[in-house]
Amino acid sequence: MPLLRCPRKSLWLGLGETDVPGLPGRGDNNNGSRLGGLLYYMETREMCFEAKRLFRLALGPVLMLMSAAALAAGAEVSQVNMRPGVTEVGKEIYDLHMIILWICTIIGAGVFGVMFYSIIYHRKSKGVVPATFHESTKVEIAWTIVPFFILIGMAVPATSTLLNIYDNDDADMDVLITGYQWKWKYEYLNENGENVTFFSNLRTPQNEIYNTESKGEHYLLEVDEPLVLPKDTKVRFLVTANDVIHSWWVPDLAVKKDAIPGFINEAWTRTSQEGIYRGQCAELCGKDHGFMPIVVNVVSQGEYDEWLSGKQAEAAEIKELMAQTFTLDELMERGKSVYDRSCLACHGANGEGGLGNAIANSAVATGELGEHLEIGINGVPGTAMQAFGGQMNDVDMAAVITYQRNAFGNNMGDMVQPIDVYNHKKG
Amino acid sequence: MGDHHHGPAKGLGRWLFTTNHKDIGTMYLWFSFAMFILGGFFAMVIRAELFQPGMQLVEPAFFNQMTTLHGLVMVFGAIMPSFVGLANWLIPMMIGAPDMALPRMNNWSFWILPPTFLLLASTLFMEGGAPAFGWTFYAPLSTTYAPPSVTFFIFSVHVLGLSSIMGSINIIATVMNMRAPGMTYMKMPLFVWTWLITAFLLVAVMPVLAGAVTMMLMDIHFGTSFFSAAGGGDPVLFQHVFWFFGHPEVYIIILPAFGVVSQIIPAFSRKPLFGYDSMVYATASIAFLSFIVWAHHMYTVGMPVAGELFFMYATMLIAVPTGVKVFNWISTMWRGALSFETPMLFSIGFLVLFTIGGFTGLMLSIAPSDFQYHDSYFVVAHFHYVMVAGAVFSMTAAVYFWLPKWCGKMYNETMGKTHFWISFVGFNLAFFPQHFVGLAGMPRRIPDYALQFADFNMMSSIGAFIYGASQIMFLYNVIATIVSGTPVSDEKVWDGAEGLEWTLPTPAPYHTFETPPKIDPAHAHS
Repeated sequence: MPLLRCPRKSLWLGLGETDVPGLPGRGDNNNGSRLGGLLYYMETREMCFEAKRLFRLALGPVLMLMSAAALAAGAEVSQVNMRPGVTEVGKEIYDLHMIILWICTIIGAGVFGVMFYSIIYHRKSKGVVPATFHESTKVEIAWTIVPFFILIGMAVPATSTLLNIYDNDDADMDVLITGYQWKWKYEYLNENGENVTFFSNLRTPQNEIYNTESKGEHYLLEVDEPLVLPKDTKVRFLVTANDVIHSWWVPDLAVKKDAIPGFINEAWTRTSQEGIYRGQCAELCGKDHGFMPIVVNVVSQGEYDEWLSGKQAEAAEIKELMAQTFTLDELMERGKSVYDRSCLACHGANGEGGLGNAIANSAVATGELGEHLEIGINGVPGTAMQAFGGQMNDVDMAAVITYQRNAFGNNMGDMVQPIDVYNHKKG
Repeated sequence: MGDHHHGPAKGLGRWLFTTNHKDIGTMYLWFSFAMFILGGFFAMVIRAELFQPGMQLVEPAFFNQMTTLHGLVMVFGAIMPSFVGLANWLIPMMIGAPDMALPRMNNWSFWILPPTFLLLASTLFMEGGAPAFGWTFYAPLSTTYAPPSVTFFIFSVHVLGLSSIMGSINIIATVMNMRAPGMTYMKMPLFVWTWLITAFLLVAVMPVLAGAVTMMLMDIHFGTSFFSAAGGGDPVLFQHVFWFFGHPEVYIIILPAFGVVSQIIPAFSRKPLFGYDSMVYATASIAFLSFIVWAHHMYTVGMPVAGELFFMYATMLIAVPTGVKVFNWISTMWRGALSFETPMLFSIGFLVLFTIGGFTGLMLSIAPSDFQYHDSYFVVAHFHYVMVAGAVFSMTAAVYFWLPKWCGKMYNETMGKTHFWISFVGFNLAFFPQHFVGLAGMPRRIPDYALQFADFNMMSSIGAFIYGASQIMFLYNVIATIVSGTPVSDEKVWDGAEGLEWTLPTPAPYHTFETPPKIDPAHAHS
């Protein structure tokens, strides 16, 4: 929010303004270990603010009001207020939010004004003799009825906006969104032609999260494969979950809908502006609740069609790959990328385990191949180990099982081919 | 039966076997303060981790355990027992009764609390860790996907419910049966009124909570599927049952706080409470409405639009009686002769900040806007304005207000006022910025966040540390008062205070009102 620009200088509270050479800015703290990171922080930055930020913080409430104007012009994304976003519904919600905020502000100013008047002028220390009045039915009735009518005034626009949010009919296309611990699956339900399905995982590397690498611009709000939507199209989302309850929230689309296992919720959007819109899971869903972002890429109809046919071609290619036989090296290479995407969060970057069991030297990964495959495909019911058979294609499954059996010091030497996965699934 | 004017028994037995409402009140208050420190410690861990982006201190799984335990300990261990302690101390003294109606049950309802919280805290050291599913413990995260310690959590909740129900029955029985002759309902101090209504709320909803956790227990261990769609159940059912308890619960917390400030504001305004009758009716209306608004916590679960509209309208209505209360408090101050001792400062702090929390509550009640607010930090800011600046500030005010009557010694006023100002600044620094990050899109209950939220989170953490540290000053002031405070000069303590408790000697003797006091029939109410 470039309301106030200043060079990267730092203000040491109590010491005045100084340049701090070598002091890394936000997002580039190369601190090594986490504890080291904390100590580093304590030592060098605890009392240190950038002047710009201090200024911005102090002016927060003022900016909150000013931002109304800025946003009306569609100038930039606010850091202190709700965003109108890029949908008609979003703008309606934003207007409603601002109206009610203003009504509350005005009432609050009145109420607190009276209170502070009393605090300033009706002091015992000024020798005031207290009045003795203590009731008035007329006044009580007045301040019961007046707020009631103000509330009716609020309820009218609220009702119309709500009905608009619930208008899921006549969508041009449907996307099925499924929440998983801790990623999203998108499925384009296609009447003519094959459905396109893919998972969308957090792309921010662990090194950035654990402060050993500088944090990128879209830290924690970036995914490997975004949801792609055409602009000016009414898209209906069918939202559900595979395990626990999640909630699909993209502020700029003004869509938040709980993803509930066993039930399908509906929501819709129609965006008027191309762009990339970011959101996050909003319902606590376990360990990595904070690490399953949403990215929506809104493009023109032409680009969308091109992208969709690309995805369909990709699916066809996978189908072809499934009939192939791979070498160990090929499987290992593919397996590593699959592992990092799908297994690492629970089993650790070096197979050392974590929420899940260790892979390195484990009885499963160094045991009978069929059992290993069974766990990969069907999971372990009642634990956090999911059934990945439906989440990844047979090529990826073959690759990742092979990788697990031959990485982290597991030298089994055996490998799995896509056809083995296929056969295992068939039973 | 011998001499009734004996003092307390000696040694540990005094506390273990006591049936004296003052002893039990004291134990409740100290216990709740200990829990406040524990819950506060969990909050400090949370704020330290959120001080800057990236994971520094704890792992995400442990972070979730912290948010869960922070909520549970603060709600069930700190705020609720603190007001029960206050009720124990004050209700008999306010209505002219010698003790609570059911003194042995009173002992029992306190003494089951400490072992329960010990059990709950011990889950931190169990395999799989403590409960990590939030204090709202939504299924199936709290059933199929919960750590094994969830069973201990369920047992704790059962016992806490038991304690609350026993405490409430005791309060209802006391208020209904033990009022001194002439102390009619409409002469009771407002604190007694708010507690009577709160007690009915507790008796009504605690069994519902027990039902929810029992269903969880069945799902986890006995193969039922109340909350699992795979077996024909419904995860959303859990939320309906939980919030049917949970929404009245927030009024259970705030109504006694209303009662407290309704005693303190008139005392330091030297003017009777404005609109006593309408305060009573407003409290009852809020209690009634609290039963029909629960699903406003669930606007995004996919309810039919008719349900959304019903819950939205009902929720908006709560603004009316709440507004009446705020207007009455301010009218009480109007043309009074105000002075600003520590209890009054905390009450005014309550009034301002609770009103802000009320406004954001009204904003949250608007269902379409809530699609943007829900589960964001805006909600976190809202309920901390209501729970901390509401309940905790009023509880702090109550301690400063009645402590001199309880122990006959005066606290250090300068330190009290300093405590207020540091708390006030720290609190606002901690929670006001959370409105901004919430509106800008930061979800709640996340251990790490995107870079654009960094500034406000750092500010929030600093505020939280300040607020937390200021409580040490409070603890010191209270202990110093009890140990070596100067004896109060005026038996009545505060010149503007009204009510039977102020007619007692200072410090209040171990047994009071063994013969009922005379109530002046001309006197409107205290």
